[in-house]
Amino acid sequence: MTVAEFVPIVFGASLAAGFLGSLTGLGGGVIVTPVLTLFLGVDLRYAIGASLVSVIATSSGAAAAYVRDGYSNIRIGMFLEIATTVGALCGAFLGTRVPVSALGIVFGLILLQSAWQATHEHQRGKTAVPPDPLGERLRLNGSYNDNGVQESYAVHRVKAGFGLMFGAGAISGLLGIGSGSLKVIALDQAMGIPFKVSTATSNFMIGVTAAASASVYLSRGYVNPGIVMPVMLGVLAGSMIGAKFLARLPVVLLRRVFAVVVGVIALQMIAAGVRGKL
Amino acid sequence: MTDLKIEQTIAALLRTGVLVAGAVVLAGGVYYLAAHGMETADYRKFGAQSNADRLVQQIVTGAIALRPRSVIQLGVLLLIATPILRVAVSLIGFTLERDRQYVTITAIVLGLLVYSLASGMAGG
Repeated sequence: MTVAEFVPIVFGASLAAGFLGSLTGLGGGVIVTPVLTLFLGVDLRYAIGASLVSVIATSSGAAAAYVRDGYSNIRIGMFLEIATTVGALCGAFLGTRVPVSALGIVFGLILLQSAWQATHEHQRGKTAVPPDPLGERLRLNGSYNDNGVQESYAVHRVKAGFGLMFGAGAISGLLGIGSGSLKVIALDQAMGIPFKVSTATSNFMIGVTAAASASVYLSRGYVNPGIVMPVMLGVLAGSMIGAKFLARLPVVLLRRVFAVVVGVIALQMIAAGVRGKL
Repeated sequence: MTDLKIEQTIAALLRTGVLVAGAVVLAGGVYYLAAHGMETADYRKFGAQSNADRLVQQIVTGAIALRPRSVIQLGVLLLIATPILRVAVSLIGFTLERDRQYVTITAIVLGLLVYSLASGMAGG
Protein backbone atom coordinates (compact mmCIF):
# COMPACT_ATOMS: atom_id res chain seq x y z
CA MET A 1 0.00 0.00 0.00
CA THR A 2 1.30 3.47 -0.78
CA VAL A 3 1.24 6.36 1.67
CA ALA A 4 -1.37 8.13 -0.49
CA GLU A 5 -3.70 5.11 -0.08
CA PHE A 6 -2.92 4.34 3.56
CA VAL A 7 -3.49 7.84 4.96
CA PRO A 8 -7.12 8.29 3.73
CA ILE A 9 -8.07 4.77 4.93
CA VAL A 10 -6.62 5.37 8.40
CA PHE A 11 -8.22 8.82 8.50
CA GLY A 12 -11.64 7.32 7.68
CA ALA A 13 -11.28 4.57 10.28
CA SER A 14 -10.16 7.09 12.92
CA LEU A 15 -13.05 9.40 12.06
CA ALA A 16 -15.48 6.54 12.67
CA ALA A 17 -13.69 5.55 15.89
CA GLY A 18 -13.76 9.12 17.20
CA PHE A 19 -17.46 9.42 16.35
CA LEU A 20 -18.32 6.15 18.11
CA GLY A 21 -16.06 6.95 21.04
CA SER A 22 -17.82 10.23 21.59
CA LEU A 23 -21.34 8.78 21.27
CA THR A 24 -20.69 5.84 23.55
CA GLY A 25 -18.65 7.83 26.05
CA LEU A 26 -15.83 5.31 25.69
CA GLY A 27 -13.42 7.78 24.10
CA GLY A 28 -11.84 7.50 20.66
CA GLY A 29 -8.51 6.02 21.78
CA VAL A 30 -9.93 2.80 23.11
CA ILE A 31 -11.71 2.12 19.80
CA VAL A 32 -9.12 3.31 17.28
CA THR A 33 -6.36 0.99 18.51
CA PRO A 34 -8.17 -2.34 17.89
CA VAL A 35 -9.49 -1.00 14.56
CA LEU A 36 -5.94 -0.21 13.43
CA THR A 37 -4.46 -3.50 14.63
CA LEU A 38 -7.25 -5.95 13.77
CA PHE A 39 -8.53 -4.47 10.51
CA LEU A 40 -5.54 -2.61 9.08
CA GLY A 41 -2.77 -4.85 10.38
CA VAL A 42 -0.90 -2.03 12.11
CA ASP A 43 1.59 -3.07 14.81
CA LEU A 44 0.01 -2.58 18.23
CA ARG A 45 2.87 -0.32 19.34
CA TYR A 46 2.34 2.15 16.48
CA ALA A 47 -1.40 2.08 17.19
CA ILE A 48 -0.83 2.79 20.90
CA GLY A 49 1.43 5.76 20.14
CA ALA A 50 -1.04 7.27 17.69
CA SER A 51 -4.06 6.67 19.91
CA LEU A 52 -2.37 8.28 22.91
CA VAL A 53 -1.78 11.45 20.92
CA SER A 54 -5.41 11.52 19.81
CA VAL A 55 -6.48 11.14 23.46
CA ILE A 56 -4.67 14.36 24.38
CA ALA A 57 -6.36 16.13 21.47
CA THR A 58 -9.92 15.06 22.26
CA SER A 59 -9.64 15.63 26.01
CA SER A 60 -8.15 19.12 25.58
CA GLY A 61 -10.69 19.98 22.90
CA ALA A 62 -13.61 18.97 25.12
CA ALA A 63 -12.32 20.81 28.21
CA ALA A 64 -13.97 24.11 27.28
CA ALA A 65 -17.46 22.57 27.30
CA TYR A 66 -16.88 20.99 30.71
CA VAL A 67 -15.60 24.24 32.22
CA ARG A 68 -18.62 26.12 30.86
CA ASP A 69 -20.86 23.73 32.79
CA GLY A 70 -18.78 24.41 35.91
CA TYR A 71 -18.78 20.80 37.10
CA SER A 72 -15.07 20.05 37.22
CA ASN A 73 -13.17 20.38 40.49
CA ILE A 74 -9.65 21.63 39.84
CA ARG A 75 -8.36 20.72 43.31
CA ILE A 76 -9.56 17.12 43.16
CA GLY A 77 -8.15 16.89 39.64
CA MET A 78 -4.74 18.33 40.49
CA PHE A 79 -4.31 16.32 43.69
CA LEU A 80 -5.16 13.04 41.96
CA GLU A 81 -3.00 13.88 38.96
CA ILE A 82 0.00 13.14 41.16
CA ALA A 83 -1.23 9.53 41.25
CA THR A 84 -2.23 9.28 37.57
CA THR A 85 1.00 10.86 36.33
CA VAL A 86 3.23 8.53 38.37
CA GLY A 87 0.99 5.64 37.24
CA ALA A 88 1.24 6.72 33.59
CA LEU A 89 5.03 6.84 33.72
CA CYS A 90 5.16 3.36 35.29
CA GLY A 91 2.66 2.07 32.72
CA ALA A 92 4.58 3.54 29.79
CA PHE A 93 7.90 2.09 30.97
CA LEU A 94 6.21 -1.27 31.55
CA GLY A 95 4.49 -1.04 28.15
CA THR A 96 7.79 -0.77 26.31
CA ARG A 97 8.96 -4.02 27.97
CA VAL A 98 5.89 -6.28 27.99
CA PRO A 99 5.37 -8.65 25.00
CA VAL A 100 2.86 -7.33 22.46
CA SER A 101 0.59 -10.38 22.78
CA ALA A 102 0.17 -9.75 26.52
CA LEU A 103 -0.61 -6.09 25.82
CA GLY A 104 -3.32 -7.19 23.39
CA ILE A 105 -4.95 -9.43 25.99
CA VAL A 106 -4.94 -6.71 28.67
CA PHE A 107 -6.31 -4.27 26.09
CA GLY A 108 -9.18 -6.61 25.25
CA LEU A 109 -10.07 -7.07 28.92
CA ILE A 110 -10.10 -3.31 29.57
CA LEU A 111 -12.22 -2.83 26.44
CA LEU A 112 -14.74 -5.38 27.73
CA GLN A 113 -14.90 -3.61 31.07
CA SER A 114 -15.48 -0.20 29.41
CA ALA A 115 -18.23 -1.56 27.18
CA TRP A 116 -19.93 -3.14 30.17
CA GLN A 117 -19.68 0.05 32.20
CA ALA A 118 -21.04 2.22 29.36
CA THR A 119 -24.25 0.20 29.12
CA HIS A 120 -25.07 -0.26 32.76
CA GLU A 121 -27.18 2.17 34.62
CA HIS A 122 -25.14 4.41 36.78
CA GLN A 123 -25.44 3.66 40.47
CA ARG A 124 -24.61 6.27 43.01
CA GLY A 125 -21.44 5.52 44.97
CA LYS A 126 -22.11 4.48 48.55
CA THR A 127 -21.78 7.42 50.90
CA ALA A 128 -22.57 5.44 54.04
CA VAL A 129 -19.04 6.05 55.28
CA PRO A 130 -18.42 9.50 56.77
CA PRO A 131 -16.59 12.13 54.73
CA ASP A 132 -12.82 11.69 54.80
CA PRO A 133 -11.00 14.16 57.10
CA LEU A 134 -8.16 14.08 54.55
CA GLY A 135 -10.56 15.56 51.99
CA GLU A 136 -11.27 18.35 54.43
CA ARG A 137 -7.56 19.03 54.98
CA LEU A 138 -6.89 19.07 51.24
CA ARG A 139 -10.00 21.23 50.70
CA LEU A 140 -11.36 18.85 48.08
CA ASN A 141 -15.00 19.31 49.06
CA GLY A 142 -16.99 21.54 46.75
CA SER A 143 -20.34 22.39 45.27
CA TYR A 144 -21.91 22.46 41.83
CA ASN A 145 -25.04 23.70 40.15
CA ASP A 146 -27.45 20.82 39.55
CA ASN A 147 -30.40 22.05 37.46
CA GLY A 148 -30.52 25.38 39.26
CA VAL A 149 -29.91 24.00 42.76
CA GLN A 150 -26.48 24.50 44.33
CA GLU A 151 -25.52 21.07 45.66
CA SER A 152 -22.51 20.72 47.93
CA TYR A 153 -20.60 17.48 48.27
CA ALA A 154 -17.94 16.00 50.52
CA VAL A 155 -15.19 13.65 49.43
CA HIS A 156 -14.91 10.11 50.82
CA ARG A 157 -12.12 7.53 50.90
CA VAL A 158 -9.35 9.79 49.57
CA LYS A 159 -6.60 7.17 49.94
CA ALA A 160 -8.60 4.50 48.07
CA GLY A 161 -9.35 7.00 45.30
CA PHE A 162 -5.69 7.97 45.09
CA GLY A 163 -4.66 4.31 44.80
CA LEU A 164 -7.24 3.61 42.10
CA MET A 165 -6.04 6.67 40.19
CA PHE A 166 -2.52 5.24 40.18
CA GLY A 167 -4.01 2.13 38.56
CA ALA A 168 -5.98 4.19 36.04
CA GLY A 169 -2.81 6.11 35.14
CA ALA A 170 -0.83 2.88 34.74
CA ILE A 171 -3.47 1.40 32.40
CA SER A 172 -3.54 4.64 30.44
CA GLY A 173 0.23 4.62 30.04
CA LEU A 174 0.39 0.90 29.30
CA LEU A 175 -2.29 0.83 26.61
CA GLY A 176 -2.24 4.39 25.28
CA ILE A 177 -5.86 5.10 26.17
CA GLY A 178 -7.51 7.82 28.25
CA SER A 179 -8.91 5.28 30.73
CA GLY A 180 -11.73 7.71 31.48
CA SER A 181 -14.04 4.93 32.65
CA LEU A 182 -11.57 3.82 35.34
CA LYS A 183 -11.07 7.41 36.47
CA VAL A 184 -14.81 7.88 36.82
CA ILE A 185 -14.99 4.68 38.92
CA ALA A 186 -12.36 6.05 41.30
CA LEU A 187 -14.02 9.45 41.60
CA ASP A 188 -17.62 8.39 41.66
CA GLN A 189 -17.68 4.93 43.22
CA ALA A 190 -14.74 5.12 45.62
CA MET A 191 -14.75 8.78 46.57
CA GLY A 192 -18.51 9.33 46.36
CA ILE A 193 -18.18 12.44 44.18
CA PRO A 194 -21.34 13.33 42.21
CA PHE A 195 -21.40 11.76 38.73
CA LYS A 196 -21.41 15.05 36.79
CA VAL A 197 -18.44 16.34 38.78
CA SER A 198 -16.68 12.98 38.31
CA THR A 199 -17.01 12.94 34.51
CA ALA A 200 -15.95 16.57 34.10
CA THR A 201 -12.98 16.20 36.45
CA SER A 202 -11.96 12.95 34.77
CA ASN A 203 -11.89 14.64 31.36
CA PHE A 204 -9.71 17.36 32.76
CA MET A 205 -7.27 14.76 34.10
CA ILE A 206 -7.05 12.61 30.97
CA GLY A 207 -4.93 15.07 28.96
CA VAL A 208 -2.34 15.50 31.69
CA THR A 209 -2.08 11.75 32.28
CA ALA A 210 -1.68 11.08 28.55
CA ALA A 211 0.94 13.82 28.15
CA ALA A 212 3.13 12.09 30.74
CA SER A 213 3.18 8.75 28.91
CA ALA A 214 3.16 10.29 25.40
CA SER A 215 6.56 11.85 26.15
CA VAL A 216 7.94 8.38 26.91
CA TYR A 217 6.40 6.83 23.79
CA LEU A 218 7.59 9.67 21.57
CA SER A 219 11.18 9.13 22.64
CA ARG A 220 10.87 5.39 21.99
CA GLY A 221 9.68 5.75 18.41
CA TYR A 222 6.06 4.66 19.01
CA VAL A 223 4.79 7.96 17.65
CA ASN A 224 5.20 7.71 13.88
CA PRO A 225 4.21 10.78 11.83
CA GLY A 226 2.78 8.77 8.92
CA ILE A 227 0.20 7.15 11.18
CA VAL A 228 -0.22 9.69 13.95
CA MET A 229 -1.26 12.38 11.46
CA PRO A 230 -4.39 10.66 10.05
CA VAL A 231 -5.28 9.15 13.45
CA MET A 232 -5.09 12.39 15.42
CA LEU A 233 -6.96 14.45 12.81
CA GLY A 234 -9.53 11.70 12.23
CA VAL A 235 -10.32 11.00 15.89
CA LEU A 236 -10.49 14.72 16.67
CA ALA A 237 -12.88 15.43 13.78
CA GLY A 238 -14.94 12.33 14.57
CA SER A 239 -15.39 13.18 18.23
CA MET A 240 -16.34 16.78 17.41
CA ILE A 241 -19.03 15.52 15.02
CA GLY A 242 -20.14 13.00 17.65
CA ALA A 243 -20.51 15.69 20.31
CA LYS A 244 -22.78 17.67 17.95
CA PHE A 245 -25.00 14.63 17.30
CA LEU A 246 -25.10 13.54 20.93
CA ALA A 247 -28.14 15.64 21.84
CA ARG A 248 -30.17 14.53 18.82
CA LEU A 249 -29.67 10.78 18.82
CA PRO A 250 -31.19 8.03 20.99
CA VAL A 251 -28.01 7.64 23.00
CA VAL A 252 -29.13 4.82 25.30
CA LEU A 253 -30.10 2.60 22.38
CA LEU A 254 -26.91 3.49 20.47
CA ARG A 255 -24.79 2.66 23.49
CA ARG A 256 -26.30 -0.80 23.79
CA VAL A 257 -25.79 -1.53 20.09
CA PHE A 258 -22.23 -0.25 20.04
CA ALA A 259 -21.37 -1.97 23.32
CA VAL A 260 -22.08 -5.29 21.62
CA VAL A 261 -19.85 -4.30 18.69
CA VAL A 262 -17.09 -3.16 21.04
CA GLY A 263 -17.48 -6.38 23.06
CA VAL A 264 -16.95 -8.47 19.90
CA ILE A 265 -13.88 -6.40 19.00
CA ALA A 266 -12.55 -6.88 22.54
CA LEU A 267 -12.90 -10.67 22.25
CA GLN A 268 -11.11 -10.62 18.87
CA MET A 269 -8.33 -8.60 20.43
CA ILE A 270 -7.95 -11.16 23.24
CA ALA A 271 -8.04 -14.02 20.72
CA ALA A 272 -5.39 -12.33 18.56
CA GLY A 273 -3.23 -11.84 21.65
CA VAL A 274 -3.62 -15.46 22.78
CA ARG A 275 -2.75 -16.76 19.29
CA GLY A 276 0.23 -14.42 19.13
CA LYS A 277 -1.07 -12.68 16.02
CA LEU A 278 -0.51 -9.10 17.11
CA MET B 1 -8.10 35.02 40.70
CA THR B 2 -10.72 32.41 41.60
CA ASP B 3 -10.75 28.69 40.81
CA LEU B 4 -13.38 29.29 38.11
CA LYS B 5 -11.30 32.05 36.54
CA ILE B 6 -8.26 29.76 36.47
CA GLU B 7 -10.34 27.05 34.82
CA GLN B 8 -11.72 29.39 32.16
CA THR B 9 -8.23 30.60 31.28
CA ILE B 10 -7.11 26.99 31.08
CA ALA B 11 -10.00 25.94 28.85
CA ALA B 12 -9.21 28.72 26.37
CA LEU B 13 -5.55 27.72 26.47
CA LEU B 14 -6.32 24.06 25.84
CA ARG B 15 -8.55 24.85 22.88
CA THR B 16 -5.97 27.16 21.33
CA GLY B 17 -3.27 24.53 21.89
CA VAL B 18 -5.31 21.85 20.13
CA LEU B 19 -6.14 24.16 17.22
CA VAL B 20 -2.53 25.23 16.71
CA ALA B 21 -1.22 21.66 17.06
CA GLY B 22 -3.94 20.37 14.71
CA ALA B 23 -3.13 23.03 12.12
CA VAL B 24 0.60 22.20 12.24
CA VAL B 25 -0.12 18.45 11.90
CA LEU B 26 -2.51 19.13 9.01
CA ALA B 27 -0.02 21.37 7.19
CA GLY B 28 2.75 18.83 7.76
CA GLY B 29 0.38 16.08 6.60
CA VAL B 30 -0.49 17.74 3.29
CA TYR B 31 3.20 18.38 2.67
CA TYR B 32 4.02 14.78 3.67
CA LEU B 33 1.46 13.38 1.22
CA ALA B 34 2.83 15.58 -1.56
CA ALA B 35 6.44 14.60 -0.84
CA HIS B 36 6.09 10.93 0.13
CA GLY B 37 2.66 9.90 -1.25
CA MET B 38 4.07 7.30 -3.62
CA GLU B 39 6.25 5.57 -1.02
CA THR B 40 5.17 2.33 0.62
CA ALA B 41 3.35 2.54 3.94
CA ASP B 42 4.22 -0.48 6.05
CA TYR B 43 3.31 -0.39 9.72
CA ARG B 44 2.83 -4.14 10.19
CA LYS B 45 6.10 -4.53 12.01
CA PHE B 46 7.38 -2.19 14.68
CA GLY B 47 10.66 -0.60 13.71
CA ALA B 48 10.04 -0.98 9.98
CA GLN B 49 9.24 2.75 9.80
CA SER B 50 12.02 4.03 11.99
CA ASN B 51 12.40 7.30 10.11
CA ALA B 52 10.55 9.29 12.77
CA ASP B 53 12.10 11.96 14.92
CA ARG B 54 12.01 10.96 18.57
CA LEU B 55 13.83 13.67 20.44
CA VAL B 56 12.71 17.24 20.98
CA GLN B 57 15.92 18.57 19.46
CA GLN B 58 15.61 16.40 16.32
CA ILE B 59 12.00 17.46 15.86
CA VAL B 60 12.72 21.16 16.15
CA THR B 61 15.77 21.03 13.86
CA GLY B 62 13.86 18.95 11.31
CA ALA B 63 10.84 21.23 11.38
CA ILE B 64 13.01 24.30 10.84
CA ALA B 65 14.51 22.51 7.83
CA LEU B 66 10.87 21.94 6.73
CA ARG B 67 11.06 18.16 6.60
CA PRO B 68 7.41 17.02 6.34
CA ARG B 69 7.67 14.22 8.94
CA SER B 70 9.35 16.58 11.39
CA VAL B 71 6.61 19.19 10.91
CA ILE B 72 4.00 16.56 11.89
CA GLN B 73 6.09 15.59 14.94
CA LEU B 74 6.32 19.27 15.88
CA GLY B 75 2.51 19.39 15.92
CA VAL B 76 2.51 16.31 18.18
CA LEU B 77 5.04 17.98 20.47
CA LEU B 78 2.86 21.12 20.67
CA LEU B 79 -0.08 18.91 21.55
CA ILE B 80 1.85 17.16 24.34
CA ALA B 81 2.97 20.57 25.61
CA THR B 82 -0.63 21.84 25.87
CA PRO B 83 -1.67 19.96 29.06
CA ILE B 84 1.78 20.62 30.53
CA LEU B 85 1.22 24.34 29.96
CA ARG B 86 -2.18 23.90 31.56
CA VAL B 87 -0.55 22.66 34.76
CA ALA B 88 1.92 25.55 34.62
CA VAL B 89 -0.96 28.06 34.37
CA SER B 90 -2.66 26.39 37.36
CA LEU B 91 0.58 26.80 39.27
CA ILE B 92 0.56 30.54 38.54
CA GLY B 93 -3.10 30.71 39.54
CA PHE B 94 -2.55 28.98 42.88
CA THR B 95 0.48 31.20 43.51
CA LEU B 96 -1.68 34.28 42.96
CA GLU B 97 -4.26 32.82 45.33
CA ARG B 98 -1.42 32.32 47.85
CA ASP B 99 -2.59 28.74 48.23
CA ARG B 100 0.67 27.13 49.39
CA GLN B 101 -0.80 23.66 49.70
CA TYR B 102 -1.89 23.60 46.05
CA VAL B 103 1.22 25.36 44.84
CA THR B 104 3.11 22.36 46.24
CA ILE B 105 0.73 19.78 44.76
CA THR B 106 0.76 21.46 41.33
CA ALA B 107 4.55 21.81 41.39
CA ILE B 108 4.87 18.05 41.96
CA VAL B 109 2.63 17.30 38.95
CA LEU B 110 4.52 19.79 36.77
CA GLY B 111 7.84 18.33 37.90
CA LEU B 112 6.71 14.82 36.91
CA LEU B 113 5.57 16.01 33.47
CA VAL B 114 8.76 17.95 32.79
CA TYR B 115 10.75 14.95 33.98
CA SER B 116 9.00 12.64 31.52
CA LEU B 117 9.59 15.03 28.63
CA ALA B 118 13.17 15.70 29.70
CA SER B 119 14.00 12.00 30.13
CA GLY B 120 12.71 11.58 26.58
CA MET B 121 15.03 14.36 25.47
CA ALA B 122 17.92 12.43 26.91
CA GLY B 123 16.78 9.45 24.89
CA GLY B 124 16.04 7.43 28.05
